[in-house]
Amino acid sequence: MRVNLRKLALAAGTAFIGFSAHGALAQSVTMAVAAPVTSLDPHYHQLSPNNAVADTIFDKLVNTDAKSNSLPGLALSWRAVEPNVWEFKLRPNVRFHNGNPFTAEDVAFTLRRLPNVPNSPSSFAAYSRPIQAIEIVDPLTIRFRTAAPHPLMPLDMTNVRILDQETHQNATTEDFNAGRAAIGTGPYRVVSHRSGDRIEFERNDNYWGDRAPFQRVLYRMITNDAARTAALLAGDVEFIDQVPTSDLAKLRQDNRIALSETVGLRLIFLGLDHLRKANENSPFITDNDGKPLGKNPLQDVRVRRALSIAIDRRAIVDRVMEGAAVPAGQFLPEGVYTHVPGVAPPAFDADAARRLLAEAGYPQGFRIQLNGPNDRYVNDARIIQAVGQMWTRIGVRTTVEAQPWTTFVGRAGRADFSAHLIGWGSNPDGSHPLRNVLATQTREKGWGSSNRGRYSNPQLDSLLDQSLVELDEAKRVQLVIQAQRIAADDVAVIPLHIQTNIWGMRRHLAHDARNDELTRAQDVRPAAR
Amino acid sequence: MTVYLVRRILQALLVVLAMSLIVFIGVYAIGDPVEILISPDADQIERERAVQALGLDLPLWQQYAVFLTKALQGDLGRSFVYNEPALKLILQRMPATMELAFGATILALIIGLPLGLYAGLRPDGRFSRMIMAGSILGFSLPTFWVGLMLIMVFAVYLGWLPSTGRGETGTLLGMQWSFLTWDGLRHMAMPAINLSLFKISLVIRLTRAGVRETMLMDYVKFARAKGLSPARVTFVHVFKNILIPVVTVVGLELGSTIAFSVVTESVFAWPGMGKLIIDSINVLDRPVIVAYLMLIVLMFIAINLIVDLTYSMLDPRVRLESKGT
Repeated sequence: MRVNLRKLALAAGTAFIGFSAHGALAQSVTMAVAAPVTSLDPHYHQLSPNNAVADTIFDKLVNTDAKSNSLPGLALSWRAVEPNVWEFKLRPNVRFHNGNPFTAEDVAFTLRRLPNVPNSPSSFAAYSRPIQAIEIVDPLTIRFRTAAPHPLMPLDMTNVRILDQETHQNATTEDFNAGRAAIGTGPYRVVSHRSGDRIEFERNDNYWGDRAPFQRVLYRMITNDAARTAALLAGDVEFIDQVPTSDLAKLRQDNRIALSETVGLRLIFLGLDHLRKANENSPFITDNDGKPLGKNPLQDVRVRRALSIAIDRRAIVDRVMEGAAVPAGQFLPEGVYTHVPGVAPPAFDADAARRLLAEAGYPQGFRIQLNGPNDRYVNDARIIQAVGQMWTRIGVRTTVEAQPWTTFVGRAGRADFSAHLIGWGSNPDGSHPLRNVLATQTREKGWGSSNRGRYSNPQLDSLLDQSLVELDEAKRVQLVIQAQRIAADDVAVIPLHIQTNIWGMRRHLAHDARNDELTRAQDVRPAAR
Repeated sequence: MTVYLVRRILQALLVVLAMSLIVFIGVYAIGDPVEILISPDADQIERERAVQALGLDLPLWQQYAVFLTKALQGDLGRSFVYNEPALKLILQRMPATMELAFGATILALIIGLPLGLYAGLRPDGRFSRMIMAGSILGFSLPTFWVGLMLIMVFAVYLGWLPSTGRGETGTLLGMQWSFLTWDGLRHMAMPAINLSLFKISLVIRLTRAGVRETMLMDYVKFARAKGLSPARVTFVHVFKNILIPVVTVVGLELGSTIAFSVVTESVFAWPGMGKLIIDSINVLDRPVIVAYLMLIVLMFIAINLIVDLTYSMLDPRVRLESKGT
């Protein structure tokens, strides 16, 4: 009898432990991200980690799915009612975390706030600037009037997180950071925030969309790559982002760990000096004896093409990137609507590269320095070393200089370099890299602010100009594709590869890998058993 | 004594001033914070707005003048990144770093002093040799490597300790401290040990050298000849005299641990000041860098002062007034 009782108690005990472990499993999750979130104010700093967290707390008129396709968010539908007027029909019965109803007034308030966030180091003002007048038709219909047709309005709205006029009228960035004002309509609400360390979320049970999978989420920041992987292996955290490429092989073999991955939208490429004219010296190019060349060989498209096909992209992807990238010949990967069909990654051909150099008048090659950051992109310093060796092989003797991003980026912006490695994290519309990286630098239009090689091509500029006012979506996409094709044919920049985004998690979890790199709490859910 | 203190404080202010100037020029020379903070797709108008919003459109000397004027009113500026007062950000993270630094120092003394004493009293024993060999490892192994090894062994393979983070905290004096909870202590253990390894080795070596030197002194021989017990000779006569170099070095080490435990804090994701400063340097968050280094300068000056005062207590021959003449 006694024995039986003890057995019973033991059985009950195990049952209880089993239950609570399972319960805990489904109720909460601990995530660790690599990049610190600097603010919970969704309009203070345009920065991926902040945007990821803002997407969890707030909603946008237009949301995006894992492949960056637009989805109805707080707006159910949108259309241009006149060439210069966009109308958004808003979702009814949406409430903020504090119970306030969401209406068109809140949208108007949010757009007015964008340019007025004090001390913002990178504001969202660009998204409200095209709007000249806001018209509230009824509580669930809002119209934006622009000076010229603005086909990118819905895309712009995928960047604007909507606040509540009543709650946030006088809210400061500090109020958001303290959690007091971090009140949105999103799937999770903020419980607590310790800056640079952790954010605790709780499910918003009144969410208008799919119910968030966990009752609680602990969102930690572990910047050190090795420590983040170790925390996952130790089970202290159940989910990590930015899995370091050096740990990939090991994690793939570990049967406690699952990975989720997708080709991203970040192209790593080489920018070339287009600023110095054909008869000027480029700062880091000399002849083989180290004397000034008297001309800038990079102005010759044959030289640019030679440098491009001299690079064995497959080798870089396989050896340096450990497979965590795909070779690229343009800004956007296959499957994205503005991907240019038929522009494949340039095939590696050292002989053809030598021939092109000879045709261009450099049978003996020349000397060049390739600059790049060493703390910004995945394996950045090792990539430029590999490229340097490949260029040297075709007779372009290359020295390589990697330096910290803080010193590199300023010099790159001043076009100090002859050739430099840099990356571009795009939104899925080709107009984004065109406008910022490839268009002629023009202050009035806001073009080319990241055109660090100062590439300039009137044909490309004119196509871009047309596309920016073309409301017919099919035509617009064709214009954008055409402009990108010109850049690829002209080797405006040398594309290397597009990074793969990789997340790691314990087997009991599943995740929708996003191509925009955002690590959002609502994308993590229990794995189907 | 008062004159001495006043002079030290004036010196301190001068150093702080020089420091802030150097950091201003240094950050200016490295690069443009806006280039680093701004979203890459920001256009020229937005870039100009950001430069203006952060006050970086003024000439450098004017920026410095603005900073000094505000600093005199107790405002060290707002962080470019967090949009919060720099001083507040630093002070928020200070407890985390303090408890780690003190934890490591206490460990160093508890472990280092007895081992050093033993090695000094029996310099040829096998155990002493093991201690000395171990202390070489403590000196030479890089902190980040030891930290990762600790995580691999105790968190990943054995699962005894949590790998990273600060764990639960308790509140004392309105601040959050990990050492008040069991979970917090478990989180503290590995980073504290990691930080203390170097210090333990240092204390062992200093103590051993001190003991070996002191044992040959006449007053020790005399004390022995007088028939005092070996314990009394060791713990009263010898121990007190070897403490002077140990106090100096441990004091200065404490300062550098508080200021620069960057590596340990980032390996263990310990949300302290060290992590803040390295993150701030990476994005050229000048207000935080300046405020942080000013605080650190003040702290070092204070520690030096305390060390000097401790000297005079340990060794009556040291007279503070006579210094610096």
